[in-house]
Amino acid sequence: MRKLLAGAAMALMAVTGAASAQGYPDRPIMMMVSYGAGGATDFQARIVTMTAGNEDALGMPIAIINKPGAGGRVGWNWFATQAEADGYTLAAYNVPHFIAQSIKGGVQYSADSFEPIANWGADPAVFVVAADSPFNSMADVVAYAKENPGKLTFSGAGLFVGHHIAALQIEKAAGVKMSYIPTKGGGAAAMKAVIAGDVMAGVNNLSDAFRAREAGSIKILGVADLERSSFLPDVPTMKEQGLDVDNSSVNYRGIMVPKGTPQAVIDKLAEKVPEMFRNKRVQSKMKAGGSPILVMNRDEVKAMWAARQKTLEKLLAGL
Amino acid sequence: MEFIGYFGAVFEPAAFGLLLVGTIGGLILGATPGLSPTMAVALLIPFTFQLAPAHGLILLGAAYTSTVAGGAVSAILLKIPGAPANIATTLDGHEMAKQGRGAEALQLSFLASAVGGVFGVLLLIFLTPVLARWALAFGPSHLFWLAILGVTVIGSLDSRSVVKGLLSGCIGLWLATIGFDDIMGAQRFIFHPALGGGINIIAALIGLFAIPQVLNMFAKGRQPLGGEVIKVQPHSLGASMRELFRRPRALSIGTMTGSIIGLIPGVGGQIAGLVAYDQARKFSSERDKFGTGHSEGVIAAESANNAMVGPSLVPLLTLSIPGSPTAAVLLGGLLIHGIFPGPDLFNNYPDVAWTFINSMLIGQILMCIFGLYIAGLAARVAQVPQSVMAAVVLGLAVFGSYSVQSSMGDVYVMAALGVMMFFLERFGFSAAPLVLGLILGPIAEANFIQGSMIANATDGLAVYFFSGTLNIVLIATVVLSIVYSAWMEIRTRRFIEKQEAMA
Repeated sequence: MRKLLAGAAMALMAVTGAASAQGYPDRPIMMMVSYGAGGATDFQARIVTMTAGNEDALGMPIAIINKPGAGGRVGWNWFATQAEADGYTLAAYNVPHFIAQSIKGGVQYSADSFEPIANWGADPAVFVVAADSPFNSMADVVAYAKENPGKLTFSGAGLFVGHHIAALQIEKAAGVKMSYIPTKGGGAAAMKAVIAGDVMAGVNNLSDAFRAREAGSIKILGVADLERSSFLPDVPTMKEQGLDVDNSSVNYRGIMVPKGTPQAVIDKLAEKVPEMFRNKRVQSKMKAGGSPILVMNRDEVKAMWAARQKTLEKLLAGL
Repeated sequence: MEFIGYFGAVFEPAAFGLLLVGTIGGLILGATPGLSPTMAVALLIPFTFQLAPAHGLILLGAAYTSTVAGGAVSAILLKIPGAPANIATTLDGHEMAKQGRGAEALQLSFLASAVGGVFGVLLLIFLTPVLARWALAFGPSHLFWLAILGVTVIGSLDSRSVVKGLLSGCIGLWLATIGFDDIMGAQRFIFHPALGGGINIIAALIGLFAIPQVLNMFAKGRQPLGGEVIKVQPHSLGASMRELFRRPRALSIGTMTGSIIGLIPGVGGQIAGLVAYDQARKFSSERDKFGTGHSEGVIAAESANNAMVGPSLVPLLTLSIPGSPTAAVLLGGLLIHGIFPGPDLFNNYPDVAWTFINSMLIGQILMCIFGLYIAGLAARVAQVPQSVMAAVVLGLAVFGSYSVQSSMGDVYVMAALGVMMFFLERFGFSAAPLVLGLILGPIAEANFIQGSMIANATDGLAVYFFSGTLNIVLIATVVLSIVYSAWMEIRTRRFIEKQEAMA
């Protein structure tokens, strides 16, 4: 039904053309998620937009449409080149994914193609091993990797995504060589490889790792963020364990619009959307689902994008 | 036996109402080309926001169960599989429909679905802890060999000539390489922006099966006596039941294969039907009748794809790992209510977990009842004039391929592949091996590359791919499958030669 609605909304949009910012929004809004239904981004996008129709939010519902493929590139390519810049087409962003992809090339977008609106969540990458693994800390992992260069296999979801960035940073910080095994099928497949013992370790999302640890199938050795997570107060950060890894790999999720969207529309969205994320019902649903929340306004996101662009350019330059 | 205590919850008015809605809605969505089980479940997720956790899951479980079975309707009557799980059903099911036995084929498919489905859910209820260990046993090397086992089926599937079968399989394998490769980070054959994400399997499925059908219908024009006019003769339910139980071999092979393959994360139900179909043919005493409208083909394929439903949830419910796209969507349905699946699920939320599983059990039976009712209506579908039918199917094809990821690119891919298939069919190629190549290609490739990356870091390729009991068993099955096919080929040829000599 949502897809039908979204389709109808799109058709309508083509007919009416660009809307004036006054009275915006006067019809339902569409939001593109560049990952499949059921993924963490899709799941969270549906929760944070569920109160969009309330009077104190946008007053119009937001319909999610999925354009998955090629690690998000298909959706963001579409958004950068074909989406109408009238404020009725929003998209979810995943940093560092889209910035890293644009640095590596082969896509039709860069950080300049989009205007950030607000950030809703931050899911750090964590280093995980199976519950019966001999490794109990990052020091154990680094010691093993030093003795057996290239022999330590660890999984993650694809290339140039948060997991891969964290993997590169860990290797660089520890000065060791390990074998990163990218999986097809996202974080779930990478987690399965760790639990089943196909690989010796893995990098995964904090939210998924938290669930897997509750299920008793893995140990979490370190968080690739500046501070410990409130979900995992007992797990030290990489920095605490002597590895110089910052928050570059943290998977930030939020809402953006295409470049060229009227400034008045951007201002209105930038004012209302963070409030929508702070809604009590949204917050409780996010917490229940084990999804870490981090609301940031437009200026904060702008600064975060710029910082990410710089660190990633440096990190990926050698690849 | 704890689960029996929770049956009451399924029959509460609200819960049972949702079960009915989910089942009937699922059958209709499943019968619509392009609306795969994953999408049907994803479409329903927003509605579960407002429902109690157990009720939401009942709705999702019922929809999952019945969309898988509902796909058989379009597979049999129109030769358009609703989802990859129903490809094998077209092979004999549509032939039966052409012979006027559409009602019989539908009845058999729903009865077989119910038997397979109930067995699968019972496995989920009784053997979950054991099965969870099994599901994890399949690493990259094993999945690679499993995909190769699937490839051995390609040559003999729905094609009079082995060479043409292999050739269409190769086209499928090539099509599968198009797009952005997640593992090596390479862009392959992206000669149009619509191909950036690779060929979507649902869009390809619709194009390859539906478009040649539509073109054939148009090509025949308004001639009342055109080649393929489907008549549906009424068929008694009792006779179908007797037929089903006269074929215990096809039924048990289908059910077992579906249960085992459904369990393996990442492979899922896409190939369960096809592998079961092939195995049932190899073990059947009436091998030659397969592909000509033989009831065993429909029984094996449909019992397999519903048997897979229960086991496919094992990795999700015990290890919190969604083993299939549909399971991933169901995970979202659980998380939204703050329920974390895992070994403690049945201790922490027994009312939710058992009510969900019980509703799937009841759902299988309801699905069968409503399905049989639909089978009775099948005759109406056949009364629709061909020209109208062609337009309706074309409309559904465009709608279905667009709705997968709201992308016009998928519609172009669907149309291009469909027109290509129309001409290929003229030369004796068929769609099923091509689709099988398209499905198996990525599984074989990704697992081979992952396996070899792991192998190079550890023991080396030979050790990694050729040692371990499971690897050896799978390799032996692959070899046996090839030898057996070759031997059968030679034997038939000798038999024909002998007959020719005698004549």
